[in-house]
Amino acid sequence: MTSSSTARPEVSGGLDATDLRQRLVDLATTSGVKRWDLGAGCSTDTSVQVDRGEPKQMKGAQRSAITVRVWNDQGLVGVTSTSDLSDSGLERALAGARDASAFGNPEDTPAFSPLATAPLAPLEQPLHQPVGILDLLATLKEAERDLLGRHPAIGTVPYNGLSQRSSDRLYLNSEGACRQQRLTTASLYLYARAEETGRKPRSAGAVRLAYGAGSLDIAGCIEEAAARTIAHLDYAPIDTGRYTCVFTPEAFLDLIGAFSSMFNARAVLDGVSLSTRESLGAPVAVPFLSIHDNGLNPGNIGASTFDGEGTPTRRLALVEAGTLRNFLHSEATARAFGVSPTGHAGLGAKVSVGPDWFEIGPAEGAEGGATGLDHGVGDGDPRGLVLIDSLSALHAGVKASQGSFSLPFDGWLIRGGEHRSIEAATVAGDIRQVLQGIVGFEGEAKITPSGLCPHVWVEGLSITGEG
Amino acid sequence: MTPSATPLTSRPSAGLHHSSWRSVLEPVLAGGTAAGADLVEVFLERTDHTGVLAEQEAITSVSPAFGAGAGIRVFLDGRDGFVSTNDLSSGGLLNALDQALGMLGLLRPASGHGGFMGLHKLRDHGAGKELWLEQCPSLAEATGRLLEGTDRLQRHGHHLQARRATYARDWQEVLVAASDGTYARDIRLHQSVGLSVLAADGDHRASLGRRYGTSDRPDDLRAWDAEAAAIDLTESAARMLYADYVEAGQFPVVLANRFGGVIFHEACGHLLETTQVERGTTPFAERVGEPIAHEAVTAIDEGLSDGAFGSLSMDDEGMEPQRTVLIENGILRRFLSDRAGERRTGHARTGSGRRQSHAFAAASRMRNTYIAAGPHSPAELIASVDRGLYCKSMGGGSVGPTGQFNFAVEEAFLIENGELTKPVKGATLIGEAKEVMPRISMCANDLDLAAGFCGSVSGSIFVTVGQPHIKVDSITVGGR
Repeated sequence: MTSSSTARPEVSGGLDATDLRQRLVDLATTSGVKRWDLGAGCSTDTSVQVDRGEPKQMKGAQRSAITVRVWNDQGLVGVTSTSDLSDSGLERALAGARDASAFGNPEDTPAFSPLATAPLAPLEQPLHQPVGILDLLATLKEAERDLLGRHPAIGTVPYNGLSQRSSDRLYLNSEGACRQQRLTTASLYLYARAEETGRKPRSAGAVRLAYGAGSLDIAGCIEEAAARTIAHLDYAPIDTGRYTCVFTPEAFLDLIGAFSSMFNARAVLDGVSLSTRESLGAPVAVPFLSIHDNGLNPGNIGASTFDGEGTPTRRLALVEAGTLRNFLHSEATARAFGVSPTGHAGLGAKVSVGPDWFEIGPAEGAEGGATGLDHGVGDGDPRGLVLIDSLSALHAGVKASQGSFSLPFDGWLIRGGEHRSIEAATVAGDIRQVLQGIVGFEGEAKITPSGLCPHVWVEGLSITGEG
Repeated sequence: MTPSATPLTSRPSAGLHHSSWRSVLEPVLAGGTAAGADLVEVFLERTDHTGVLAEQEAITSVSPAFGAGAGIRVFLDGRDGFVSTNDLSSGGLLNALDQALGMLGLLRPASGHGGFMGLHKLRDHGAGKELWLEQCPSLAEATGRLLEGTDRLQRHGHHLQARRATYARDWQEVLVAASDGTYARDIRLHQSVGLSVLAADGDHRASLGRRYGTSDRPDDLRAWDAEAAAIDLTESAARMLYADYVEAGQFPVVLANRFGGVIFHEACGHLLETTQVERGTTPFAERVGEPIAHEAVTAIDEGLSDGAFGSLSMDDEGMEPQRTVLIENGILRRFLSDRAGERRTGHARTGSGRRQSHAFAAASRMRNTYIAAGPHSPAELIASVDRGLYCKSMGGGSVGPTGQFNFAVEEAFLIENGELTKPVKGATLIGEAKEVMPRISMCANDLDLAAGFCGSVSGSIFVTVGQPHIKVDSITVGGR
């Protein structure tokens, strides 16, 4: 990889906010729409995949999208989305939104965020010039070759990809708000498949993100993918039973993310969250746990500086010392709770709410929790310790509104100082049981694509194996 | 590539049936072949989507969306380059072509056609479907039907903390043109309506949902039986609200018909797509003609069933769908294949090239996939189990690169001494295709299909899963 650069401050092209605003103003005036806002985005992507030294697919994409909201004379909101940013497309979108507003919900009408013009937090997000696709291809071929050479059992890297994106997004409203963010990102994923004679195939992988293809930690990705795959080659079934489990940072963040409706004000108002209004201030976890949402963490590659309603992104305490402190909000849910929007909204007639990037770890100054945990040593339990490396099928095995989960996982049984990969197993439980069953944290918090977290020890989880 | 200035679509509102498209597309295809490509394919689409959500007694979201775009794919030897764009002007398409050619080290010459002989006569599968969009329910009608659904849930349910009804209408017009002369157009219509509830009573909670979906039937929502759907769902919710969590272990399992077919979809169907052969991730790659399943199992994938969610008049590469027998009495017969699969693996195309939209290259994907009916009654399957699990309603699932599959069970009952006893919840079934397929030992005579969505390499597509009641002699049931 030779042609990337972090020095250039700008990426050419992108959305013209002034032009788009003027076109919307003209079209809205013509059609009698007085109040409107919009979110728009465009991006160009290039990506490559390889298969045993040969290019498998090279892709390029140019995308554009816009969502327009209008408020009708009764104050009801309608929305329409389109990929057509021509004048006729915008006109049709505006008309569609106006038609849809006839079905707006009078009981829950969104408004402009009061923070849509508030200052944005500065983020250090260097813009990188894109690398030529043939350079991407050469880099990925080399990475695959390197990974295949790490162990004779690694025969293929069936899931792999190196991609880069240049994107531009903006938010405008009829009261003059104007947000715009340009971004470049790149990603690499390598998932290897290994098989030894007479044994079942095993697979594991790694992912890396950066602001440009030239900044990706390719060596680290190869190293991690190889180490994890090789570590699963020597496997055995595990006996069904209850175990103390150690979640890797990635696995614990995935689990918390799957149950993020606990922190979601929209879900609370809709009655589909485990939390209620009265949950604020109540203990929901062991007293030494804290969970923050912080899209602004420098480790969050590709962070948004504002949400779908133009509200600035910010750090928010969700759980402090085991107590539920705040919910994630849009403008409408914040109004319903009498607080300020938190910068976690989408854009729609019914505005969705979601987390940005979790920071999970020990509560500052709080006591409790085991210290000196080391899964390499174990916990002395003769049954052993289960290290959960990655969870699968979260879309199917999590019942967020019930609190329950039953999920396949990859991991190891650690017993007597020995690690043995687990052949096939599921872990099941209740998220409330998990949060109250945390024994302690191990090691330093690790930055992952979805957040910051150390290893987390949880006792008494149900493991189903084939043993 | 860098972000272009605000892209404009030159003719998004012009129907793809218009004869002028030929004169736009032929120079693109000629330019690609003149550059040395083995094959060039252009996929154009226009879309029109409406989503509606009702919660309790209110319509809480109406989300219309429309768009247009193109995907251009160039093949050279075993490789391909693919570029998608929202710019459907001649210049935009040629620009996309040049990018795709450049990925393969090819350059479009100033002139020449590289042997391209022009497009064949248009095969217009969209003829007669022009009025479908207008014939679909209006927003007023759709919102009314959804509110009828949430009202029926309230009427029949108990302890319902949340009631939702959703409707999605996806209209798509596609035009496929390729340098082998392929020139075909279609109009597709998919509609789905779903109900979901969260029942809660103290610490007891149960969340369940059902979805019904069809293709190419503008009247579908009008024909939807909200009463029956609400009764079915609320009865399940009442049973599951106080159900215990399932005990973990290895059990014989009887899976109900309809959406029970997700087991074949995840455990085996994906492994019979040539994309898996290309990746080396299917254990069945060299097993055509050999037994891979119990002799009780015959499995079919087709795109022909009238009104089924996965049915097509043509695939996304312009080929008419087929009825493909995948497994016959346990013997592997065929793989599902698309253009790329045929070129890279030698398996002949089966009309299975599918993609979510123009932004994805087509890949070999399932359509309506099911296990064929067998000779038994469902009661015979249950009676054959001393202690096991009856899975009445299934959630989603997935399969990994080693063939390990999993899927969630929404509603289940214990089988004790050949009879259904108490309801249980929280089960996840896991296994490996090679091991579980020989264990499907009995198939009942009540084949039925269910609509679903499948996400994979070429995006999320409409599919049907199906089966009669089947018995799996032993499978790992994850629980507490």
